[in-house]
Amino acid sequence: MIERLTAGVPRRALVLLGVLLAIFLVLPVLAGDYVLTVLILILYFGYAGLAWNIMMGFAGQLSLGHALYVGLGAYTAGALYVHFGIGPWIGLLAAVAIAALAGAFVGFLAFRFRIAGVYFAILTIAVAEFARVGFDHLSWTRGSAGLFLPVAQYAHNDLWHLRGHPVMFYYVLLAAIALAFVASRLLLQSRTGYFWLAIREDEEAARSVGIDTFLYKMLAVVISAAMTAFAGVIYAFYYNNLFPEQVFNITHSILIILGPMVGGIGTLFGPLLGAFLLESLAESLRTLLELIGVDLPGINQLFFGIMLLLVVIARPEGVWPWIATRLGLAGAQK
Amino acid sequence: MTAILAVSDLSKRFRGLTAVDQVTFQVGNGEIFAVIGPNGAGKTTLFNMIAGVFLPDAGSIVFAGNRIAGLPPDAICRLGIARTFQIVRPFPALTVEENVIIGALLHRHGVPQAEVHAHDILRRLDLYGKRNQPASSMTLPDRKRLELARALATSPKLLLLDEVMAGLRPIEIDRIVEALLEINRETGLTIVLIEHVMRAVMALAERVLVLHHGAAIAQGTPDEVVRDPAVIESYLGAEALG
Amino acid sequence: MQLDIFLNVAVGGILTGLVYGLMALGLSVIFGVVRVVNFAHGEMMTIAMYAAITLFAAFHLDPLVMLVPIAAVLFAFGYALQAGVINKFITRPEHSQFLLLIAIGIIIVNVLLIIFGPDAQNVQVPYAFDSFKLGPLIVDATKVYAAGVAILVASALFAFFRYTPVGTAIRACADNHTGALVVGLDVRRLYALTFGLGAACVGAAGCLLLLIFDVTPSVGPAYTLLAFIIVITGGLGSMPGALLGGVLVGFTEALAGLLFTPSAKSMFAFAILVLMLLFRPQGIMGKRAA
Repeated sequence: MIERLTAGVPRRALVLLGVLLAIFLVLPVLAGDYVLTVLILILYFGYAGLAWNIMMGFAGQLSLGHALYVGLGAYTAGALYVHFGIGPWIGLLAAVAIAALAGAFVGFLAFRFRIAGVYFAILTIAVAEFARVGFDHLSWTRGSAGLFLPVAQYAHNDLWHLRGHPVMFYYVLLAAIALAFVASRLLLQSRTGYFWLAIREDEEAARSVGIDTFLYKMLAVVISAAMTAFAGVIYAFYYNNLFPEQVFNITHSILIILGPMVGGIGTLFGPLLGAFLLESLAESLRTLLELIGVDLPGINQLFFGIMLLLVVIARPEGVWPWIATRLGLAGAQK
Repeated sequence: MTAILAVSDLSKRFRGLTAVDQVTFQVGNGEIFAVIGPNGAGKTTLFNMIAGVFLPDAGSIVFAGNRIAGLPPDAICRLGIARTFQIVRPFPALTVEENVIIGALLHRHGVPQAEVHAHDILRRLDLYGKRNQPASSMTLPDRKRLELARALATSPKLLLLDEVMAGLRPIEIDRIVEALLEINRETGLTIVLIEHVMRAVMALAERVLVLHHGAAIAQGTPDEVVRDPAVIESYLGAEALG
Repeated sequence: MQLDIFLNVAVGGILTGLVYGLMALGLSVIFGVVRVVNFAHGEMMTIAMYAAITLFAAFHLDPLVMLVPIAAVLFAFGYALQAGVINKFITRPEHSQFLLLIAIGIIIVNVLLIIFGPDAQNVQVPYAFDSFKLGPLIVDATKVYAAGVAILVASALFAFFRYTPVGTAIRACADNHTGALVVGLDVRRLYALTFGLGAACVGAAGCLLLLIFDVTPSVGPAYTLLAFIIVITGGLGSMPGALLGGVLVGFTEALAGLLFTPSAKSMFAFAILVLMLLFRPQGIMGKRAA
């Protein structure tokens, strides 16, 4: 399997990958608490971006409401823990199931009724908004007042209940990204991956060679939703509080797509690179401004908006493809 | 000779315009069959009904014993009918090889096996050397052969070719004709083609159907059809006989 | 529930809906002609709203009076945006266009947040608490004025497109892009003009909406979504459809607020949207099938 994974990838890229992995493994030891939180954000958005990428980058469907799946995953696992004491890894199963169902619902609406392009994007926004307002009134999850998870002491790290020091979350997310990476690569090289590429390129032509485009588009949406649900579970147990206003917010959805957009849609490294660039630069900017006594709410997002604008205008395919060719790493694309 | 494709009384109307008017014909298993006629005669609409893109208003299409009228295009391809498009549609950002692998994956579930089959077909159509080039960078004749390769990769029993010779120079036309004849000889693949290029029709077709204003006005061997007065008047003109 | 409460709420909803309709009209015009989906529509409206607030605070000028200059400024903004940036994106893939405008929207929201802060702001016009009595109906004066002006502006826009040469040229562009090029119309300039008009529309709507609602920087995205719902419901590319959709949404929202909890009223707008997308994507008055 290692052979299959690394086929066609230039030597340099593999070395770089190894080096990056090593760096990320030891980073928490060197980083202070503040940097650690930034790193966790990077990993979170890197992972969510990867999951989103499966839908957009591979199957060509632009989802602007991915926060829906984060929220559903977070609330499912969170509520199960609060009401029944069910641990997050068990809760994850339910979270994934519910998010997958939601994805299937959105996909079915869209694909059966031929809703595509801008209409599909608007549909995804509307469904996420529907969930936001809906959860505001759902008493089982404490509505707009917010769902609070009981916080334990950080005396020791309880992996099973995901209670503990942020470092634990860091490594969990890192492992998740690594797995998502491998899974994406395997998928792309499989029959399913090839069919997704065909659908993305030309759906009509794909049908003419026998591809059941409805099925494969549904698959992309459901897999993407299910993967995103995991991010939601982490979100719930890391922040320990959930508000529909924040979790299902359209801004959250947009933040998820910023990484892949800036880094490169449809590539494996893109979402990670994008998340890294955006978060680290934004935090640096904010810290800089704080140093000179300027505290502007919204400066982070303003920065994201400007970055997105620049990338869309100047490098629409993202930063990663450009870097990859520069460094002779091309081929790590697929 | 058993008929692999039987079209009976097939009709299609588009808001008052009858595009295809009660057309009936059969294609034998392993035959090469051509559909000719002036522009607007309904040829591509006929193809699109067979390929599942349009729903017929009346009539039936039976392929290898199955009624296929109204099935979606992907189901029809899975049943064994492959098609090419009048304006070629390869997957532009993918390489030649990837394009054909996608076709091959229909009936082969492993990518390695699909790759082997794809290489076979690429060699046969003289595209093996260009297999790593992106489809978008290919010349028109190469893209036509690529689309043909992709269609062949789906292991069809019937191949629908929509004006595949259009825009090609005589030498390229001859190459494709040769390849098609070879494939038909070796594998018994049934081929139905829409064609304006009479050179190709005469070289390939065993039987010809002539459409005019959506209706079938003649059917027979190429020699019979080109001498048919109605065909000469409506389509060929006296010069074509030369 | 008494009839007069129902009537009052319904009429209030319809009047508000007319202003929504004006806002959506701008979006419909932009999409119908330029074929660009303006994801920053609501955000542009908030620019107008904050401009009105600032001018009101400084000079005590009624938003109704400020409507014309503010609309003019928004026109210039829209024109410049289309001419300078968006025109280059016409040939790019769809998602590039969305993301361009989403980025612009994000920038607008956060600049406004930085300048004005997150707290809700509004204008207190002298007639803010006046109302008209018509039999059992008691209607807010602000809503009546806002709706009235909205109808005026919409009519002006209709007249422009119907009777002026430029308006006809724009309609030609929308109908047949290549044909318009062939007969020598300067399509890029017409696009810029159209985007400017759409922006002016939304600027005017913003001034009017300010009479009815408060503004925070974050209402921008919410109004963008609302504008989409209205336009899809009424029919993309149909001007009367936008007004009709606006009235429908205003009406439904008001009633939903009355019958259920007020905060859940937007769920109905979304439900309408989903139903529309499923069963009649071209909208109530849409000409083209989506």
